[in-house]
Order: sequence, then structure tokens, then C-alpha cells
Amino acid sequence: MTATRAMLAVDERELRQARPKSARTRRRVGKIAWLVGILALTAVVLYPLIWMFAASFKPHSEFGSNMGLLPENPTIDNYITVLGGVAGVPLWQFFANSLILAVGSVIGIVLSSSMAAYAFARLDFRGRPVFFTIMIGTLLLPFHVLIIPQYMLFRNLGLVDTFVPLLLGKFLATEAFFVFLMVQFIRNLPRELDEAARIDGAGHPRIFFSITLPLIKPALITSSIFAFIWSWNDFLGPLLYLNSPDKQPVPLALRIFNDQTSTSDLGATIAVSVLALLPVLAFFIIFQRFLVEGVATQGLKG
Amino acid sequence: MSTESAAVSTATAPTAPRVADSGAPRAASGRPAGASGGTGSGTAGTDAKAGTPRPRKPRRDTLAGYVFLSPWLIGFIGLTAGPMLFSLYLSFTSYNIFSSPEWIGLGNFERMMNDQKFWGSVQITLLYVLVGTPIKLAAALGVAMLLNARNRGTGFFRSAFYAPSLIGASVSIAIVWRAMFSTDGPVDNTLNIFGIDIGGWVGIPALVLPMMILLAVWQFGAPMVIFLAGLKGVPNELYEAASVDGAGPWRKFRSVTLPMLSSVIFFNLLLEMIHAFQIFASAYIIGSGTGGPAGATNYYTVYLYTRAFRDGQLGYASAMAWVLLLAVGVIAFIMFRTSNRWVHYGGDSR
Repeated sequence: MTATRAMLAVDERELRQARPKSARTRRRVGKIAWLVGILALTAVVLYPLIWMFAASFKPHSEFGSNMGLLPENPTIDNYITVLGGVAGVPLWQFFANSLILAVGSVIGIVLSSSMAAYAFARLDFRGRPVFFTIMIGTLLLPFHVLIIPQYMLFRNLGLVDTFVPLLLGKFLATEAFFVFLMVQFIRNLPRELDEAARIDGAGHPRIFFSITLPLIKPALITSSIFAFIWSWNDFLGPLLYLNSPDKQPVPLALRIFNDQTSTSDLGATIAVSVLALLPVLAFFIIFQRFLVEGVATQGLKG
Repeated sequence: MSTESAAVSTATAPTAPRVADSGAPRAASGRPAGASGGTGSGTAGTDAKAGTPRPRKPRRDTLAGYVFLSPWLIGFIGLTAGPMLFSLYLSFTSYNIFSSPEWIGLGNFERMMNDQKFWGSVQITLLYVLVGTPIKLAAALGVAMLLNARNRGTGFFRSAFYAPSLIGASVSIAIVWRAMFSTDGPVDNTLNIFGIDIGGWVGIPALVLPMMILLAVWQFGAPMVIFLAGLKGVPNELYEAASVDGAGPWRKFRSVTLPMLSSVIFFNLLLEMIHAFQIFASAYIIGSGTGGPAGATNYYTVYLYTRAFRDGQLGYASAMAWVLLLAVGVIAFIMFRTSNRWVHYGGDSR
């Protein structure tokens, strides 16, 4: 990689010397045009986020009157209002619920998906090709055919209004995306390590925990981040299963804010939106390489 | 790069995966390309198995296999296959959660035929999928090519453009989107500068669809990242050869870029369309859960949710779910069947 890059650099230098001046200036103009274009595009793409952040500091009176992006009298009143919570539940409670659900999802998905992936990628047993095809098939399955019977199942088990319906599937590797991602990763590991361990007398559990899991750490990190963010943003699941406000995660709190106060207090609603996005954006900024590269190399999407 | 090496690399390219396959242990790395997705990996699975008859004895790990697979198996049977079958049964019944299901044959489907609201939701969902997805993918490909034109300093932009894909479907963004497109919001104000005064888009049924499509297009980052990986895999020699033959930029795009990316385009199109059919949170929040104004946010999933969990018509909603499954299946089937006409898997081995 670095070698080819160095070669390219040499190439470029030679070319530059050989080329007449007009071509060089044309090249520079092209570079500047590219930069201007891409910066303009970045501004457009990021504008909604910037607007949201700025608007959360606008006092109540400026909504509808202050046309500009920036608040004239910036204030943190919106955030103070919002901390009191909604529907008799303090704001931190919603965040705590979101956090429990997200962390639970991460643990469940990492455990169950890596086990399934190890079976698909490394173990030889009857039915494996069929199961693998089915697993890939569930990637394309619309969830609509599942939500009603699943709801009835959990209702009959008396588990509505608990976190169980939202977490059980995560511990049973029902999200094929993660299994597939890990299968791809394990397949690219050299088999020799497994075989060496086997010769030394290690069984599959030992190989799985001592060799495979440590080696697929990048895939586990990518999966964890996606699992966290998807759980954090999930709206339909909690909307179906969690009725008591004190058990609800942030997206449902946002919905209450949106329904109750959107006309009267847009600033507060937007302030909660900002707070809800902060953990996701923080994760993204810290782990963006894992995410973007995970998507690029696996050919799968966020 | 010299033309000599170009000739060599194109000559060896088609056989490369085969060589990798016979090299057994890394069989999977010879798969068509990461981005060829679902089906590609399915064949890779069998390839890996077929490629392993080495001198050593065939070994079966039946017990370990089922132990490791047991969570997935239980989940598949209990939370996917079983519920699917039950929902198929429910779709032929009249059922609210309090009484037991009553068999009515095709009654739900007949009722669907005459349900104006159902057809309204089918119409806006199809428009959203069939108009929004191509625009989103065109944007993704355009920006990917823009980024691919430079070798260095693109990491920041790639990440910045990807960010909306992670958060675009969240409730927060739906709230922001609605605020931005409401009367005296930023979009309205910007249009006023140009003398266009249409007020907020949120209240005008005809403008809700463009607004929702813009929200989808804003999330072009995920397919863009996949396109970018695909573009990196297109050998530069092809462009050089095209230049030698006197091809302009448009011709190069049509005759080199598009065919070389066709498998990635296919993959993105399939996934993005299926994804678009399932829009829920944004539509639910922007329409405050009512599907309004005038049914403009009553997307298929929103309507199904309303029927099932607000009106308690679980049989009817199950029938709707199966109609959607069949529609998605038909679209995927047509795409796979026609794909050999426009998808080329030959050149994109990496």
C-alpha cells in the first residue's frame, strides 16, 4: 500500500516536470474546483445537523421570527426545561432505559452471532448449506410478517411491557446481518491456527474462545457499534412492546415531546433530539473507521 | 503503469479466483467481490466446502455444529419460521386480539381490493420506492465518483457523507426534518429568497412525498461507501485503454464504469428498495402517527401498524404483511431473473 503510494508520488513528480505550465495550472484549477464542490456538498449534507444544534439554543420567542441560522440571544433554557422530563418521568430515566436496551443488544448479538458464525464458517455438519441459505434469505425478509405473531407470542407469555421481547431476538442471532458479517470475517482467517490448536487437544469451545473470538475482534467491534446504534434508534419495537413511560427509551420520549409540545415548544423538542443523537454521533466520530470500512469491505449497509 | 502490465493483469484476472480457490484455506477470499452480497456468499459457502477435500479425512462436527448453531436455530424456529407460518394462517382469518381467529378464507384480500386507504398507501409507498431509490443511488454514485477522483484527503468527506445514513431513520431526524420543512422553517425561508412562497411543505399533501424522498436521498452515504469500494476495484488500465480509443468522460462512464459496477449497482438497488418499502419511524413522526395530511404519510408500514395495533384488526394486517412479502419477493425475483442481462460479474474480482 505505502509502496504503491510512493510509486505514484514519483510518477506524479516526473509527470509534473515533463508537463508544460498551462497543464499544471489547469490541474490546479481542477483541484480547486473539486474542493469547492465537495465543500459545498458537505455544507448541504451537514446543514440539517448544524441547524438542529443551533436551533436548540434559540429562545422560545425566536422560533418563527428569527430567520437566521444562529440564535440572536443564545440560551440553554431549552435544555433546562427538558431535563425535567415528560409524562412524569425524568429525562435521565429514558436515557437509562435506552442504555440498558442498547448494551443488552450488544451483548446478545456479539455472543449469539459469533457462535452461529463459527458454526457456519468452521464446522462441518449435516444441513449446514441449507441453514446458511435460509440465514441469508432472512436478510431480505420484511419484518412485517413477523411483528403480529411475535406480539401475540410475547403477550401470551405475559412479557409485554418488559424488555424481554426487545432483547430475546438479539440473544438468538435473529439479525442475519451480524451473522453474515462475522462469517465473512472468520472465513478469511487462516485455518492453520485452528488445526494447530486441535492437534494440541483443544476442543471447539476452546478454539472458539481462545482463537476465533480474539481474531475477529474488528468484526465484533463493528457489530457492537451497529448493534448499539440500531437499538438506540429503534422506534417500532419499543412502540409495540413498552407501554409504561418509565420503561420507555429515548425515541418514545421524543414522540411524547413531539405530540405534546411540538406546536408550543419546538425548542425543547429539538433539544431532546440533540441529546438523543449525541451518543450516536460520539460513537460515530470515535469509531468511524470501523463503521465505514466495515460497510465497504462487507458490502453491507448501515 | 505500462501497457504491458495492463495486458498481463487483464489476462490473468478471470482465472485469479480459481487459483485462490485451489489454494484452499483462504477459499472465501476468491469470492466474486465483497459487494456482490447475499447470493455471492451463498456460493462461496459451497465453494469453500467443495474446495476442502484435501488429503485429510472428511470430519464431521455434528454435535459441536448444532451446539454452536443452537441459539440461531431456536431463534429461527421460534421467532422467524413459526411466526411466519402463523401470520400466514392469520391472514385468512378475522381476528382481534380478544376473540379467537375466525377463518374467512380470502375475505381479507377481497376487502383490501376495495380499501381506498390501502390503495392510497400502496401508491405513495411505490412512488417513494420507485422514485426515491434511483435518485438516492444516482446521488450515491455521483458523489462516490467525485471522491474517487482524488487519491488523498477524502477520508473526512467520506465519513461526513456517511453520517446521515446512521441517524436518518431516527425519530430525532424526523422531528428536525419536519421543523425544517414547516412554515418559516429554513427551507421555506430559503425559497422565499428566490421569490417562491409555498409555505411549509409539511401541510401540503403533494409536497410531503418530495420531502420524504429528500430525507431518503440525504442518507446516500451507505450506498456511496459501497460504490466507492467498487470504484477502487475498477482497473485503471480500462480507463487508459478507453482514452487511447478516444473515449470522452461520458463514454468512459457508460462503457467502463457502469458495466464494471453493475454487480454493485444490482446489490445496492435490491437492498435499498427492500429497505425503502419498510419506512416507518420518519413517516410516523412526520405525520404524528395519523398518516396525514390527507394520507400523505400513510406509508405501507404505518397503515399496517395502524390496522393491527390501533384498530386491532390483526387478521387484516397479517394479510397486508403477506401482500408486502409477495410484492418484495416478486421484485427480487424479477431483478435476479433479468440480472444476467445487465449485471456483469466477470471483471470485478479483486
